[in-house]
Amino acid sequence: MPPLLRVDDLRAYYFGFRGTRVVKAIDGVSFSVEAGETFGLVGESGCGKTSTCHAIVRLLPPSARIVSGRIELEGEDLLGKSQTEMRQIRGRRIATILQDPMASLDPLFSIYDQVAEPAYYHRAFRGRRLRQRVKELLSAVRIPSPERRMKDLPHQMSGGMRQRIVGAIALAGGPQVIIADEPTTNLDVTIQLQYLNLLKDLQRASGVALIFVTHNLGIVAKMCDKVGVMYAGKIVEMQSVRGLFYNPRHPYTRALLDSIPKLGTKDPLYVIPGQPPDLSRLPAGCSFQPRCQSAMERCRVEEPSEQHLDDAATTRCWLPLHEATTRG
Amino acid sequence: MATILGRATEIGGVSRAARRSYSWVREIPLVPLLLVTVLVLVAVLAPVLAPHSHLDPVKPTPGQCQAKYGMADCPYVDNMPPFWFSQGTFATPLGTDYLGRDLLSRLMYGARISLVVALTGTLFAGAIGTLLGVLAGYMGKWWDQIIMRVTDAWLTLPSLVFAILLSSVRGPGLWNIVLILALVFWSRYSRAVRGEVLALREREFVRLAEINGVGKLKIIRRHLIPNVMNTVMVLFSLQVGVAVIIEASLSFLGVGVPPPEPSWGLMMAQERESLMQGKWWLAVFPGICITMLVLSANMLGDWLRVRLDPQLRNR
Amino acid sequence: MGEPLLEVRDLKKHFPVGSSLLGGVQGWVKAVDGISFTIDSGETLGLVGESGCGKTTTSKLILAAEEATSGAIEFEGRNLAELRGRELMDYRRKVQVVFQDPYSSLSPRMRVGDIIAEPIETHEQVSRHEVRSRVAQLLELVGLRPDMSRLFPHEFSGGQRQRLAIARALSTNARLIVLDEPVSALDVSIRAHIISLLEEIQARLAVSYLFIAHDLAAVAHVSQRTAVMYLGKLVEVADSLELCASPLHPYTKALFAASLPSHPDEAREEIVLSGEVPSALNPPRGCSFHPRCPFVMPRCSEQEPSLSEVSPGRRVACHLYN
Repeated sequence: MPPLLRVDDLRAYYFGFRGTRVVKAIDGVSFSVEAGETFGLVGESGCGKTSTCHAIVRLLPPSARIVSGRIELEGEDLLGKSQTEMRQIRGRRIATILQDPMASLDPLFSIYDQVAEPAYYHRAFRGRRLRQRVKELLSAVRIPSPERRMKDLPHQMSGGMRQRIVGAIALAGGPQVIIADEPTTNLDVTIQLQYLNLLKDLQRASGVALIFVTHNLGIVAKMCDKVGVMYAGKIVEMQSVRGLFYNPRHPYTRALLDSIPKLGTKDPLYVIPGQPPDLSRLPAGCSFQPRCQSAMERCRVEEPSEQHLDDAATTRCWLPLHEATTRG
Repeated sequence: MATILGRATEIGGVSRAARRSYSWVREIPLVPLLLVTVLVLVAVLAPVLAPHSHLDPVKPTPGQCQAKYGMADCPYVDNMPPFWFSQGTFATPLGTDYLGRDLLSRLMYGARISLVVALTGTLFAGAIGTLLGVLAGYMGKWWDQIIMRVTDAWLTLPSLVFAILLSSVRGPGLWNIVLILALVFWSRYSRAVRGEVLALREREFVRLAEINGVGKLKIIRRHLIPNVMNTVMVLFSLQVGVAVIIEASLSFLGVGVPPPEPSWGLMMAQERESLMQGKWWLAVFPGICITMLVLSANMLGDWLRVRLDPQLRNR
Repeated sequence: MGEPLLEVRDLKKHFPVGSSLLGGVQGWVKAVDGISFTIDSGETLGLVGESGCGKTTTSKLILAAEEATSGAIEFEGRNLAELRGRELMDYRRKVQVVFQDPYSSLSPRMRVGDIIAEPIETHEQVSRHEVRSRVAQLLELVGLRPDMSRLFPHEFSGGQRQRLAIARALSTNARLIVLDEPVSALDVSIRAHIISLLEEIQARLAVSYLFIAHDLAAVAHVSQRTAVMYLGKLVEVADSLELCASPLHPYTKALFAASLPSHPDEAREEIVLSGEVPSALNPPRGCSFHPRCPFVMPRCSEQEPSLSEVSPGRRVACHLYN
């Protein structure tokens, strides 16, 4: 059985200034997600995680081109589809939740109109059944008195509620995969907790696969089953969430974990030297090597290939090979 | 922990400064830029470039006199067509007007008038309008009320009619036209600049200066005016075209730059009948010049607006 | 060690709501409703709270950008409201701020050297030569190169711009710096840079910080003491590590629960708050937190708890403890 969603060695580049400047936004991303699973895509700004989301639903801007790779939904190739065919996929089989609810919601249309739209177009709900469905969805995302609030406009609701409406819209089309791109970044902490719990419950109830994109490792620890860490357009480490936190295999992951302040201790934070790279001028060899404490000669020359480690972990780093050979 | 202060210089090392990109140069619209440059050069170098005087008739050759009047000598040969016609000659490539003056020379000198008037008029308008807009936007309260009500009222005045009124009060003359243009157009600047300043006022770097106790005048000078220059420059380039047309219209209607100075608009006015008599070149060439200047200024202004808008926020 | 550097007593800021045309004020937004705290020399006080709790208004009051409705702010023993002219300028010199957004806190058309020098030029009469050398020193202090003073802000990254903002705040030897969410807008790995920088500068220069943020872990790391704010009032003030080890106020506990774990198996008391933050225009009667509190008692809706000391250095405003 093929996985629900599979991305295989995806590469997408932005071509600017009439082809003279190439930004390697996605440079070799592979992962797969099963139904009911939560996959976390972690990285800082500019690492390519948002571009990956856009690529999956084929909404990259015109200056970007998918150069190679495959994206398969239940075995179906998505890259070969036309935009008309993709419209049957977006909302209906893959839905998205974005960071800013005010950008996702149309200020001129009522909550009812916006939640009903996917149900209408993708699942052919009509009339009374449609109203019933909208009410169900609003209750599912825990909007109090849904009947009354259906008529409201987005600006009449708080930030947390708006984000839940966005969740309801995502569910309305009955998708198999939901891609959530930093949905809680603009929310207060306590509201964020409510929202994350809601997402988890919804996932358990509906069995959707959830791809959660974030820069916050705390969210990953709470929500995800499997995690991919992105850096400079590549997934540099992919593991189960436990594996990632207890045994990080890539120096970047380790550095990131060490640089985050942890509640209850004042241990000095590890400072990763240097800056995130410019994607149009990546260093030779490994993209992380200028900032890596364990960089070796090979790292400066040759870009690491994916190493499959014993416990279902993959990493793009020469270290494991090096350790294996020096040990053995 | 190795001090961040010691190691930190390497953090600053990968600064963008070393990678200042000049790739935007590739996207300048060349044709308008070329046109404007040519026009400016022609205007500046008119005394050198013009083949004949712009005020006196061209001394004709005996052959021309013979051909036109059947006489051996004549003071001028009027209404000669451009050189590609049979009666035309290369000496006066674009023909002559009703007084025998060379059209090309007059066009060149006319460029001076149009450019000087349009540029300086718009410049003064911009200076006045920007200053008032900044004061209105930043000082608020009474400043804002008074300046904006005056601006609103001013904006309702139809520019051409107003210009005619002012001109009848001031009388004809080059610098009067410049003054009129300044008076007519300043309100467009003040409105736009005030809007910018209202937004800028809330930006943190202005708030910070206020918190720091920096004086209001200094804030205006260092923080506000430099940051509204983008808007002002764009407005300026777009207004130049309008100013050219207003000046041409005023001259066309007889209340602008007085003859014999060859303002393009005046030339068109004087040759209205010639157009109908088939001597189209006398009215069309000045018209083409006006069109080229205004179009180029507009295109450059538009490019400038697009270029300056994201304010280099793309990092 | 003698008197505190900054002392705030029962500070209140109420904003009137209502049209002036049809007469009178219709209500008051109680943005800050009676807070008291102190900051000692060389100390960092963290201020945590979610949106609408009043921490931004508090920072504006301390920066003398807003006038308090009532209460007192005393700096170095002098009441802020009494300062005028030169003394007020002196206050502004000694109390500086670093804002959240590194992209709008630096004037885009000024060179960074001038930006850093501006407070110096405003407050002190110094020769150009000395200004330049001070700017160079400050750039080095925050980990940048002195030759960068000719550059414009857009040529720097977000983290570097925050460093510039910090350099500017330090340029006049300020004694207190208000840091308003200084790292929230930065990448995760850059936050450690700035946090470490701030801590080192404090160790070197003994400058005090008021560190305002919503990220509890960052606040607790940088601050010796932390204050928790809700709807204009302080609900708990304690030593940071003690606060983390055993939060007392239910809202503090909820903030901790919501502050995500640092690894998947971390056991946390799950407290999910119901409802939303009420409007500051019409705060609930009694304890303003009681409608959402999982430990609410009948007394909570009638009587407002006062912030009182339950153990040395620990103050809580909750009926569970008094």
